[in-house]
Amino acid sequence: MIHTLLTRWRQGHRTLAYPKTLPALPERFRGRPEIRAGACPEGCRSCADSCPTGAIVLGPAGPAIDLGRCLFCPDCTEACPEQVLRFTGDHRLAARGPADLVQGPGETGRLAAALEREMLRVLGRSLKLRVVSAGGCNGCEVDVNVLGTLAWDLGRFGIQFVASPRHADGLVLCGPVTVNMAQAVRKTYDAVPSPKIVIAVGACAISGGPYLFQEEQLGGAAAAGLPVDLVIPGCPPHPLTILDGLLRLLGKLEAHP
Amino acid sequence: MNETLFAPLRNGQPLALAELPRLTMQEFRAAVIAGVRGGQRLACLCADRERNLYAVLAADAEGLLRVGSTRLDRPGYPALTPDCPQAHLFERELAEQYGIRPEGHPWFKPVRFHASWAEGVDAWGRTGTPEPAVMDFYEVKGEEVHEVAVGPVHAGVIEPGHFRFQCHGETVFHLEIALGFQHRGIERALIGGPHPLSLKHAETAAGDTTIAHTWAYCRALEALAGVTVPVRSERVRGVALELERAANHTGDLGALAGDVGFLPTASFCGRIRGDWLNLTAEACGSRLGRGWLRPGGVGLDLDSARAQVLADRLPQVWADTQGAVELLWGAASVANRFEATGFTDPVQAREIGLVGVPARACGIPLDVRRDHPFGPYREHPVTLSLAESGNVHSRAWVRWLELAASQSFLRSALAALAWSEPEPRPGPLPPLAAEHLVVSMVEGWRGEVLHLAITDARGRLARYKLVDPSFHNWFGLALALRGELISDFPLCNKSFNLSYCGHDL
Repeated sequence: MIHTLLTRWRQGHRTLAYPKTLPALPERFRGRPEIRAGACPEGCRSCADSCPTGAIVLGPAGPAIDLGRCLFCPDCTEACPEQVLRFTGDHRLAARGPADLVQGPGETGRLAAALEREMLRVLGRSLKLRVVSAGGCNGCEVDVNVLGTLAWDLGRFGIQFVASPRHADGLVLCGPVTVNMAQAVRKTYDAVPSPKIVIAVGACAISGGPYLFQEEQLGGAAAAGLPVDLVIPGCPPHPLTILDGLLRLLGKLEAHP
Repeated sequence: MNETLFAPLRNGQPLALAELPRLTMQEFRAAVIAGVRGGQRLACLCADRERNLYAVLAADAEGLLRVGSTRLDRPGYPALTPDCPQAHLFERELAEQYGIRPEGHPWFKPVRFHASWAEGVDAWGRTGTPEPAVMDFYEVKGEEVHEVAVGPVHAGVIEPGHFRFQCHGETVFHLEIALGFQHRGIERALIGGPHPLSLKHAETAAGDTTIAHTWAYCRALEALAGVTVPVRSERVRGVALELERAANHTGDLGALAGDVGFLPTASFCGRIRGDWLNLTAEACGSRLGRGWLRPGGVGLDLDSARAQVLADRLPQVWADTQGAVELLWGAASVANRFEATGFTDPVQAREIGLVGVPARACGIPLDVRRDHPFGPYREHPVTLSLAESGNVHSRAWVRWLELAASQSFLRSALAALAWSEPEPRPGPLPPLAAEHLVVSMVEGWRGEVLHLAITDARGRLARYKLVDPSFHNWFGLALALRGELISDFPLCNKSFNLSYCGHDL
C-alpha cells in the first residue's frame, strides 16, 4: 500500500491543462500545411507527382491539398524545389465536411463549426460515442484510445466512449470501411438511437487513405453511406487534433480559438 | 536429411531465383516435414500466381534460413498440416489467395474471406463476394454445452474479429477465431510494385508495428537493390524499433493491470506509453513513426542535438515506467490472477510455431535480433528475455524484461548518435535485381515480422508476402483459453495482444 501511495506521489498530477494552455508539440510535428500562393515555378508538378494518394491538385495560383486524402508524410515538402509547401505545427484540422478539407494556396483552412442548436442542446453536455474500427491499421484507434488516459481525461469534457451502440449518441469511425466490415458498420450505426452523429477519424475514414485505390474497401464513412458530421484528418491524427475536433463540434473551444 | 535440399540463406540475403531449389512436390513436402521435425520452424509458406509454393524454414540455432520451392501442375496437393501443424494457417491462406487446395487439411476454412486472386478458381467453390466469418464453426454438442458468439464489433476501442466459444458453464472447451474484417488487400496491392503507396502500405500493415514492418520492407528492397545502409542510419532504426517496443510493452502491462482491476499501474502506464510515443514523435514528428524509415536509410535523421534531447528525456520516462510497473510484482492480487490464467503448453507452442513474447514466455528461446541479427543488433546484441511458466504472468514478465533491455539499448545508442554526424537523406533506390528472392525478418514488439519478396524479369515485385507475428500466434490464444473460464478471456487476450490488421492485411 505504502509503495502504491509513494509511486502515486512520485508520478504526480499529469492531466494536461488543455484547453487553457496548449501542450508542447514536437518540432517535427506535421500539422496543417501552409501553401504559398504564386510561388511555383512554371510547369512544375513535383509535389502533385510525389503525393502517393493524389491529394494534391495544381491550380493557377499553386497546389491545393485535400487534407482528407493527405497522409501528412513529408514526400511533397521534400519534392518541392521552392519550399512552396510546408507543414506547420498547427494541430487544428477538423472540419464539418470533406469539402472544407481542400486547402488552396494562401488559405488557412476552415475549422469545424459547432453542431446546430437543437443538437447541441441534446448532446452538448454529455456525448457518448461508440468507436468502430473498420479496416485501417489500428493507428487511429491508438490515438483515440489515448484520450481516455489520465493525461487527456476526456471525461472532464462530458465525452465518453461506451461499449454498446445502444448507449451511444454517435459513432466514431476509423478505417476505410472494408467490404468485410460494411454490414457490421451499417448495423452498428442503425443500433445507435437518433438523434445521432458520425465522426470520421483519419484519412482512411474520410477518403480510404492509403488504401483508396483498393477494391477491398469502400473509401471511408461517407462512401459507405453514413451521414458524416465531423471529419478529422491525419494518418493518424494526433490525439490533440482529435480532441480539438470533438470540442469544436460541441462548441467548447469558442473561448480558445 | 531432406531439408538440405533447401538453399541456406541469411536474413536479408538475396538469392537468384535460378539458385532457388525447385523440388518435386514429394521432395518439397518431405523437406518441410523433416525440417520441422528436426527443430526448424516453418516461418513462411506461400504460393504465387504460377502455382509455385515457397517455404522458408528457420534454423534459429544456426542463424540460418532455408528456402525451397515446388511447382504444382494442378490446383491441389497433399496438405502438409496433418504432419506439420505449423502449416495450418499458411495452407488455408494460400488456398484462399490462389485457389490451391491442400488436400486432407483437417481445418480447411477461409482465413480472410476475400475472393480468390486467381480468376475462376476458388478452393471452396464459392461464387460472388464471400461473406465474412460465414463458415462451419467447430461445435461441441451436448445438453449442457452452450455457445457464445462475440464480435465483429467488440465492446471497446478495438479492432473487429469474430470469436466463438464452446462453453460448459463458465469453462471454455474450445475457442474458434474468425478474422478478415480488416482485410484491405495489402499483399495484392504490392504485386507489381514497389508503387508510390507501397511504403505506406508497409507502414500501415499494423499501425502499432509501423517501425518493424517498415524496417522489414526497407531491408527487403535494399537487399534486392544491392544497397548498404550506413551504420548510423541502422542505429537510428534500432532506436525507432526499441522505442516502439517500449511504448507497446508499457501499454500492455498497463492494460493487463487494468484487466485484473489493479488501477494504479493501469492508469500510470496509459500515460507513460504516451511519453514513449512522444519520444518517437520528437524524433520524426509522428507518434507511430510514420515517415521515419525509408528504403536506403532514414527519412528523418536523428541529428546529434535531437539524439541528445531524447537521451535527456529517457531517464525520466524510464523511472516513471519502472515505478509504475514494479507495483505489479508486489501485489498479491495481481500475482494470483496472472499466475492462474492462460497457460500455454511449451510442447504445443513449438508444434504450432508460436513466436515472440508468448513463445519466450514458455521458455522457447527465439528472438530475431539474436538468432538472425540485423542492423545494429549484429554489433550490439540484446539479451534474450525468457520466462518459463507460459501463463499470463510469464507473458507480462517477458515484456518487463524486454522493456529493461530496450531501455539500455536506447541509452547507449542515443549516446552514440549524439556524438556523430547525421547522414544525408537517401536518394531513390537503384532498380531491384530481376528474378531474385529475399527474406527479411525483424523482431517487432509482438515477435517475428517476416517479409518475403520475389522479383520478376523486370525487377518488379512478382510476389510480396508479409507475415505478422499475430499470424503465428492467434491459434496460440485459442489454445491458451482451453479449460479457462470465459470471464478470463479479456485477460488472456490482452496477454497475447495480437494484431487484427496485421493478420488480415
